[in-house]
Amino acid sequence: MENLYSLTAHELRELIDKKSLEPSRILDEIFKRIELLDDKIKAFVLVNKLNAKAETKIGKLFGIPVLIKDNICVKDENTTCASKILEGFKPPYDATVIKKLKLEGAVLIGKANMDEFAFGSSCETSFYGPTKNPWDLERIPGGSSGGSAAAVAADETILALGSDTGGSIRQPASLCGVVGLKPTYGRVSRYGLIAFASSLDQIGPIAKDVKDAALLLNVIAGHDEMDSTSVDLPVPDYRKSLVKDVKGLRIGVPKEYFVKGIDKDVEEAIKKAINILKDLGAKTIDISLPHTEYALSTYYIVAPAEASSNLARFDGVQYGFRAKDAKDLIDMYVQTRSQGFGNEAKRRILLGTYCLSSGYYDAYYLKAQKVRTKIKEDFDNAFGSLCDCIITPTSPTPAFKIGERIEEPLSMYLSDIYTIPANLAGLPAMSVPCGFSKNNLPIGMQILAKPFAEETIFRTAYTFEQVTDFHKKKPKL
Amino acid sequence: MKYETVIGLEVHLQLATQTKVFCGCSTKFGQRPNSQTCPVCLGFPGSLPVLNEEAFYFSIKVALALNCQIQNLIKFDRKNYYYPDLPKNFQISQYDMPLSYNGVVYIAPQGSGERKRVRVKRVHLEEDAGKLVHPERENYSLVDFNRSGVPLLEIVTEPDIASTEEAYDYLVRLKSILKYLKVSDCDMEKGSLRCDANISVRPIGEEALGTKVELKNMNTFKGVRLALEYETKRQIGLAQEGEKIIQETRLWDSEKQITTSMRSKEEAQDYRYFPEPDLVPFVVDNAVIEKIKNSLPELPEAKANRFISEFGLSEYDAGVLTSQIDIADYFEECVKLYPNPKTVANWVTGDIMAQLNARNITMDELDVLPSSLTEILKMIESGVISGKMAKELLLESIETKSRPEDIVKKKDLFQISDTAKLEKMAKAVLKREKKSVRDYKSGKTNALAFLVGQIMRQTKGKANPAIVNEILKKELEG
Repeated sequence: MENLYSLTAHELRELIDKKSLEPSRILDEIFKRIELLDDKIKAFVLVNKLNAKAETKIGKLFGIPVLIKDNICVKDENTTCASKILEGFKPPYDATVIKKLKLEGAVLIGKANMDEFAFGSSCETSFYGPTKNPWDLERIPGGSSGGSAAAVAADETILALGSDTGGSIRQPASLCGVVGLKPTYGRVSRYGLIAFASSLDQIGPIAKDVKDAALLLNVIAGHDEMDSTSVDLPVPDYRKSLVKDVKGLRIGVPKEYFVKGIDKDVEEAIKKAINILKDLGAKTIDISLPHTEYALSTYYIVAPAEASSNLARFDGVQYGFRAKDAKDLIDMYVQTRSQGFGNEAKRRILLGTYCLSSGYYDAYYLKAQKVRTKIKEDFDNAFGSLCDCIITPTSPTPAFKIGERIEEPLSMYLSDIYTIPANLAGLPAMSVPCGFSKNNLPIGMQILAKPFAEETIFRTAYTFEQVTDFHKKKPKL
Repeated sequence: MKYETVIGLEVHLQLATQTKVFCGCSTKFGQRPNSQTCPVCLGFPGSLPVLNEEAFYFSIKVALALNCQIQNLIKFDRKNYYYPDLPKNFQISQYDMPLSYNGVVYIAPQGSGERKRVRVKRVHLEEDAGKLVHPERENYSLVDFNRSGVPLLEIVTEPDIASTEEAYDYLVRLKSILKYLKVSDCDMEKGSLRCDANISVRPIGEEALGTKVELKNMNTFKGVRLALEYETKRQIGLAQEGEKIIQETRLWDSEKQITTSMRSKEEAQDYRYFPEPDLVPFVVDNAVIEKIKNSLPELPEAKANRFISEFGLSEYDAGVLTSQIDIADYFEECVKLYPNPKTVANWVTGDIMAQLNARNITMDELDVLPSSLTEILKMIESGVISGKMAKELLLESIETKSRPEDIVKKKDLFQISDTAKLEKMAKAVLKREKKSVRDYKSGKTNALAFLVGQIMRQTKGKANPAIVNEILKKELEG
């Protein structure tokens, strides 16, 4: 029999349901695996070996290990956003998604490394140091949910939660060869997710295959009266969308996503993947999303602006890190924040503060919001009559080397060029494994749909997965 | 050169909702520090605000009562600044789209006899901050977040107020309206009503506004009055000396009775307002506004007009009676039980209000049932007691918290109106007081008062003076 850690959640659930597997065995194996590998990969910032247990024996995820990104609040457990400034912070409450996981019997095995406050695309900005890509330990796993994606890829967990503000679930999923879904803005409650950019953030699943992603989304999705931006719409059973059928599906292929800067291997893999879907009866339509070129700059105004305000609360007054020996109140603020935040966090706080300042607001923030509307309209037009889903690369390149881009913020920011528009428009988008580069690094395909059309994405991705085996390949560790 | 004052007022009102504006914590005053908090009002990472419907309805109520227009789209903004009593280091407020605007409050300062419009520029909803506590002789401060997240309504006027008297009258009238609406206890001492002012001076006839100064820290109505008086004099003084008035924020020092500079315009903060992404803007249903409008109580002005037309009261009495909702309600209750509005009005505006003022308490605290007053009035009318006895009876009833009827019975205070008995006493007095009788007959009519007094003394004031008067006259002239 295969090792339990290498199975999917739905496979394990089947074994548990047939009573042929005691869930504690999964945990034993998983913790052994973490012990064996995580010194190398460093996907975990906290391994919850002592307290890990299911709170209920009934539930859709009973006995299934789930790794939680470190920016999601788990009651009485360290939740630090991989930042020094939240050193020792133990939230007094569970995030809504955590409540839901506990109710369904999931086992929370620990907290995942990430870019500090989710600021980054490589996991290198973490206060705890970088996570490594299981496919090549000299490379980054992507970010910011790099710990979550790397752990799933390395079989250190069965499922993981990530958060996605500009591609933070999809890009690491792509670079680590796993499935990652950013749900529609409002589909999953943000209550208890430590905010980066409130109008863009969304929690979502990272999993070994499409079916597991559906299983996990089923559990975490839904309206929450604690989150005014969560939408009060019924949640379909996403497993029902797992149908191998794309006949007549209209796939939009935006020309703006296949231009200079894209890696040859990536471009090839995506084109092959689209052809596979065509062979199964889907139609492709060349579309244009003319405002795509403004997405990155729009994002780097809106997101830091919101972040600068969201992160203002980390001042050393109530919780987390407080600088010692401050002379007075202002000095306490200055010292705490100077010592507590890393460089990228400081960079974004400065950017955002600048964009919101009197005299600059109209030129930056207001203008960016207008462009954001335009970007959304591009998608409205495309989904309005032309296509059912859009397929693009998730990332312009496979995983890059650790240290390669960390000194050049702009080249780092370009890693998210394909994923950012979905956040600006609030759309659901998934990355699914669709190939490998010549040097054996995973490549992901991004599937986008209109708001609350996750079902279309699941159907498309599931169909693709049924005829390919990219998702089954494992890194040699 | 003669100068005039231009004032605009900014009132912050804590709404008396059950729970805070963005979470479910209680708003109760005076509880143990930090006992009424949760992750939301503590601004903990990951927490999110959800608007309290009651706070929103209260705000709309106030807006409608102040004749404001209601914004079609309700949206909140973040006001960013660092202070330890502000747990998120931003305040959820409303910036470019206050929930209502363009209102008006009518004032009529005493003595001017004129009704004047004060335009309300905006009314917006925001969250209150916590409170810093500075222990004496310690080098640290403590924060109490019980107040953090209490709904706060900001009511801002245009610079339509031309004097300290007008400012005071505006505050009194605004408070009266707010109390009618039962949306706040409006207690300045508890901080549930706070007032800041913008004040400038300009030569009479000049249209352009002078340089304004913002006044803060006026913690009582009296403080507002004194601070504005002081600041008016200070600014006119400077202007007359040809000195420049600096645009700044000044604090009222109630001990020294002066204002002192807190910060200049150059030091003013940039609040970096932007729309609050955690709260979704929403459209207000007209039907909801109509419903709130229809549920508004009769407001002071309308009530005063009705008292004039329905009860035939003077404008002055109607104004006094309707200045406070509990007094107006008390008056109306009394009139129901004793349908003689003018008499009731005299007693309420006279003896009752004198008691309120003397004791510095509210109508509720006075604890005199409307029926107690009307019983007394009925006893006067039927001649059971005299007017003078009635006043004492009222006082005793207030002090002993007993029903007037019981006091009358217990102390045998019934007025003596028995003519036969009084005639007998009159005859005896006339026999005894021969000198006074002679005086009266020789034209000194004030001797009569002396004779009446004798009988009153003999009866310990219980004789009906009118009847005694009549009997004595008849005897003397007969």
